[in-house]
Amino acid sequence: MSILVIAEHDNQSIKDATLSTIAAAKEIGGDITVLVAGQGCDGAAQAASQIEGVSTVLKADDASLSHNLAENLAPLVADTVKSKGCEHVLAPGSTFGKGFLPCVSALLDVQQLTDIIGVEGADTFKRPIYGGQAIATVKTSDAIKVMTVRATAFDKVAASGGSASVEDLGGASNSGLSSFVGQELSVSERPELTSAGVVVSGGRGVGSSDDFKIIEALADKLGAAVGASRAAVDSGYISNDHQVGQTGKVVAPELYIAVGISGAIQHLAGMKDSKIIVAINKDEEAPIFQVADYGLVADLFDAAPALTEKL
Amino acid sequence: MKILVPVKRVIDYNVKVRVKSDNTGVETQNVKMSMNPFDEIAIEEAVRLKEAGKATEIIAVSVGPSQCQETLRTAMAIGADSGILIETDETVEPLNVAKLLKAVVDEQSPDIVIMGKQAIDDDSNQTGQMLSTLLGWGQATFASKVELEDGSAKVTRELDGGLETLSIKTPCIITTDLRLNEPRYASLPNIMKAKKKPMETKSPSDYGVEISNRLEILKVEEPAARAGGITVPDVDTLIDKLKNEAKVI
Repeated sequence: MSILVIAEHDNQSIKDATLSTIAAAKEIGGDITVLVAGQGCDGAAQAASQIEGVSTVLKADDASLSHNLAENLAPLVADTVKSKGCEHVLAPGSTFGKGFLPCVSALLDVQQLTDIIGVEGADTFKRPIYGGQAIATVKTSDAIKVMTVRATAFDKVAASGGSASVEDLGGASNSGLSSFVGQELSVSERPELTSAGVVVSGGRGVGSSDDFKIIEALADKLGAAVGASRAAVDSGYISNDHQVGQTGKVVAPELYIAVGISGAIQHLAGMKDSKIIVAINKDEEAPIFQVADYGLVADLFDAAPALTEKL
Repeated sequence: MKILVPVKRVIDYNVKVRVKSDNTGVETQNVKMSMNPFDEIAIEEAVRLKEAGKATEIIAVSVGPSQCQETLRTAMAIGADSGILIETDETVEPLNVAKLLKAVVDEQSPDIVIMGKQAIDDDSNQTGQMLSTLLGWGQATFASKVELEDGSAKVTRELDGGLETLSIKTPCIITTDLRLNEPRYASLPNIMKAKKKPMETKSPSDYGVEISNRLEILKVEEPAARAGGITVPDVDTLIDKLKNEAKVI
């Protein structure tokens, strides 16, 4: 079987979510080709060729591919799937993958699967529905299987040890339908939220953006990423790319510390697969304690700084 | 300018979803149903564009059982001018919804389709993107800000790493993210007015689309439950447990 994985990258390096996607591809089993599409993406293509288990890297380097515009990327992917005879097409279930992969599915007339979390066979997969409140096992009858992969559900493959060939792929063109205007990316020294080993999140209980520094201090002490509940984001304590939950990011770190978070279903959907969960909340009835391995009923303004100091 | 807004009837976002004991799906009997929250944001955005004088007409469309009429009436109470129900009792997968919506677009010729980025039942996040491709239109997914310009739309998108702004030619597809707006509550007079607004009922075959599903749901299960934890009395005990019991720090 031939599997095509569309890499998420920043032109120089490969994002961790791609390594988890390749892990899902390995579970399906078959010859794995990675497509690196971008502008000036040679570094990323070389990095992809080092990934364990990858046999071929296709590098599509073109100005039209510089900002992952779905209208330009999707036809290139669909043409590649057809010309290489791929039976599976996988992309990370990030905003990158979710943005363009359904366009590929439409071009191939395939009913895509979103956010698979388990491989049961070449045509059968597990995926969460209702914000993770239920898990469906789904069998597809499409000849080509197209899916996004939830990165937290698959252990990353090694980024080194492979020696894939790198081939240039032409055929990219600009649809002219959309163009990139600008971006405001969050700049942070802290690890990326979705792949961090430790995440410290704050909720409504933190009370203000000034007081969110308590969360950040604890995170920095642990080398952790900073997360937040929807309530904290909606209240303007922190920008929305920190939101953990059904409508934000899904995380599954080794250690998740929820501070001043009550634990709405919506938030639990985004973090309940973490290995160890710690909850600090002054309300002992808060639902977060039902999923916590260690619960501390305390005022966060005392407990969080004390934790930072004593760690 | 005409705006088409697809809306979906789903289990209300506040309801704790229960898996059926025979593992064939989730319980929908006697469960509160509402408009998909992202679709409410889409309707609200369309109504704001109309109130700002940029749009002249808003058509809401829904695909599903006859109860979707209520969802369409809700959309009209928020401010849609008319509704189209494509009635079917079958499960309609995103690709088929996109094909039906393409047929509605061909019939109604809207300038923009604004729709939710995903429905909170199957969490697919596919229909808008598929529709844009089937139409050959540009798309801006996960919108947190929309500004209409002459012949184009400037849309700010919520990405994993921050925000991105695209310019897309109209006609186009925009899918909404959470922070695009806060939908209004429909007022009682508007709810009453909505009852008199025109609503058409069609069938998938009226649009020449055959509903053929590709996915078979073999089973639906509860997610693995977490084992109960313990309460620790103080910060020192917590640190001790994390270091020596869980060994995560």
